[in-house]
Amino acid sequence: MAVRDRDRAGIAPLLSMQGISKTFGAVSALTEIDLDVHAGEVVAIVGDNGAGKSTLVKVLAGVHPATRGRILVDGEEVTLGSPSAAQALGIATVFQDLALCENLDVTANLFLGHEIAPLALDEVAMEVRAWELLRELSARLPQLTVPVASLSGGQRQTVAIARSLLGDPRVIVLDEPTAALGVAQTAEVLNLVERLRERGLGVVMISHNMEDVRAVADRVVVLRLGRNNGEFDAQRASSEEIVAAITGASDNVVSRRSARRRPETGRIETSAEPADERGDQR
Amino acid sequence: MTQHVAAPTPAEGAEGREGREGTALDREDERLAAPPQTLTESLRASLSRARGGDLGVIPVVAGIVVIWSVFQILNPVFLSSTNLVNLAFDLVPVGMIALGIVWVLLVGQIDLSVGSVSGVSAALMATILVLDERPLVVALAASIALGVAVGWVYGQIFNRAGVPSFVVSLAGLLALLGVQLWILRGQNAINLDFDSTLVSFAQLWFVPAPLAYALTVVAAGGLLAVSASRARRRRAAGLSAPSVRYLATRSALLLVVLAFAVSYLERTRGVPWMFVFFVAVVLVMHYVLARTAFGRSVYAVGGNAEAARRAGIDVRRVYTTAFVMCSTLAALGGVLAASRLAAANQSTGTADVNLNAIAAAVIGGVSLFGGRGTAFAALLGIIVIQSISSGLTLLNLDSSFRFMVTGVVLLLAVALDSLARRSRLAHGRA
Repeated sequence: MAVRDRDRAGIAPLLSMQGISKTFGAVSALTEIDLDVHAGEVVAIVGDNGAGKSTLVKVLAGVHPATRGRILVDGEEVTLGSPSAAQALGIATVFQDLALCENLDVTANLFLGHEIAPLALDEVAMEVRAWELLRELSARLPQLTVPVASLSGGQRQTVAIARSLLGDPRVIVLDEPTAALGVAQTAEVLNLVERLRERGLGVVMISHNMEDVRAVADRVVVLRLGRNNGEFDAQRASSEEIVAAITGASDNVVSRRSARRRPETGRIETSAEPADERGDQR
Repeated sequence: MTQHVAAPTPAEGAEGREGREGTALDREDERLAAPPQTLTESLRASLSRARGGDLGVIPVVAGIVVIWSVFQILNPVFLSSTNLVNLAFDLVPVGMIALGIVWVLLVGQIDLSVGSVSGVSAALMATILVLDERPLVVALAASIALGVAVGWVYGQIFNRAGVPSFVVSLAGLLALLGVQLWILRGQNAINLDFDSTLVSFAQLWFVPAPLAYALTVVAAGGLLAVSASRARRRRAAGLSAPSVRYLATRSALLLVVLAFAVSYLERTRGVPWMFVFFVAVVLVMHYVLARTAFGRSVYAVGGNAEAARRAGIDVRRVYTTAFVMCSTLAALGGVLAASRLAAANQSTGTADVNLNAIAAAVIGGVSLFGGRGTAFAALLGIIVIQSISSGLTLLNLDSSFRFMVTGVVLLLAVALDSLARRSRLAHGRA
């Protein structure tokens, strides 16, 4: 069931993690993780709580260097020893809490720490660059001179993603970008992810939400208890298959529950059908 | 709820303005209301911002108007040229300290020991200058160095041990008061020579009238030149910009106000150099805070220290700098206080200096919660505080009343800040 997607075997992946392990004392948070990200590809990483998703993000961001294993960027081995090293290699990370300064306006947040002309801020150049960037992303922010505090959740996510793009990264890691967002805002962020792919970036997206994953991802990598537990073609694999890989078995509380619910709903819609046919319905 | 003018939130019914081809880059979104073009419109816009909790200078300007009116009614001497000249002198020492408070408040911290720092600095300066008979430069350098050292120590304790700045500076308040008494070597006061440079600066030196008027022209012209060139650059870059007429009107207004103030002060003694010096320091601080990357990092740390750290800002360095700026300006304030009084004594910097300085910064619009406010807050806030002090003195009320009134004003200012913050939260702008 786990489809190894090796269509692009000819081209070296943009980012490749090989046999990555990370231990915290006696706990191994990640064990022998393999992950490839190609240019123009959205890779979703899913897994239950404690599966190692956040640790993986931190390894990629350079916050927690890996204990063992190799990381290759463009086929060359690199060390992600610090956040700035990761950024210098073109790996940008947007953490779940976004890390925006709510009292500063959008432009100031975008350029925080990388202002143009530090001794006599060139606010015009920064604002123009910010508008250009947001326009490329087709992001709709009415104003850039308002404090971030006045923006909606989706708009803040947009600002955080746009900020990570200022360093011209090649791989962008999004940690739960749609958590805590409403329907329309989620759609906005998913559109944004698609535009990142169109720009030729490699996108690693951590998510809990199976619908979002299937909506934008090309591949789905499942982590379970710190190990690879399957890789799926997002278009062909069913949610049940992915959920099964996440939870570790096809017989578990989630699949039992969905199996139990389906006949019930079926019964309401098609009450005339015989009971034994209902089980086959998808 | 009602933000129809220049509202950042989508103002529904932006009246489908067609022909957006020629619109500036930042005015394309049809959710935007038309920008304020005239003075009235921009006034209305700032009123609507205030309702959303973004108070700006409104409370402090209102405060000045109310306080001046009340005291003028109670005692017609209050708004006399003589008294206002004195006011311009008297507000500088504590105003300088308040300017330092602005720095620590912007990074979301507090320094309760600024009064003691100013007292120690005054005592040190007077001791070196008068008792040891060293040159003025040495005395000034020693005082400033003391301020830098105190702030640096606070910064280290705060950064490394994680002791809240509230506690660090409270301990500093007591310890430095002890140092002040020790430096004074048991004397009640050290008198400065009346002919000395410092005392002349703080009591006798006035800007010559022609130069004072020239300075007002320079100020208004400078504002016009800076804002017009910024507007031109914005327009060249395809961004919206205020109209030249609006900028010219604003500068003309400033010119009229300043020229009137100068002419009024010139009726008696004129504009004190010390006040001009204070305004110059405020302007420099404003530039650093508003127009440099470092200043922006100060606001960032006050808004969200973790976000600032992840953006690559050295948060510890920002904290240390803020503490150093605060106690250095407090030390400078202490020197000016001693100069104004022509003496450094055991009570220099004690009593209400701490709270007056903090109150001035907060009244001027600096938030106690960090990340909000400007350097001008110190100037505007100290005008309020010093007006109250001066007015009560003119009414021959003793210090008991002054303490009570200042206490109430401080409480009002902080309450206003808290309410504004709540309103900002409610309007999604906190």
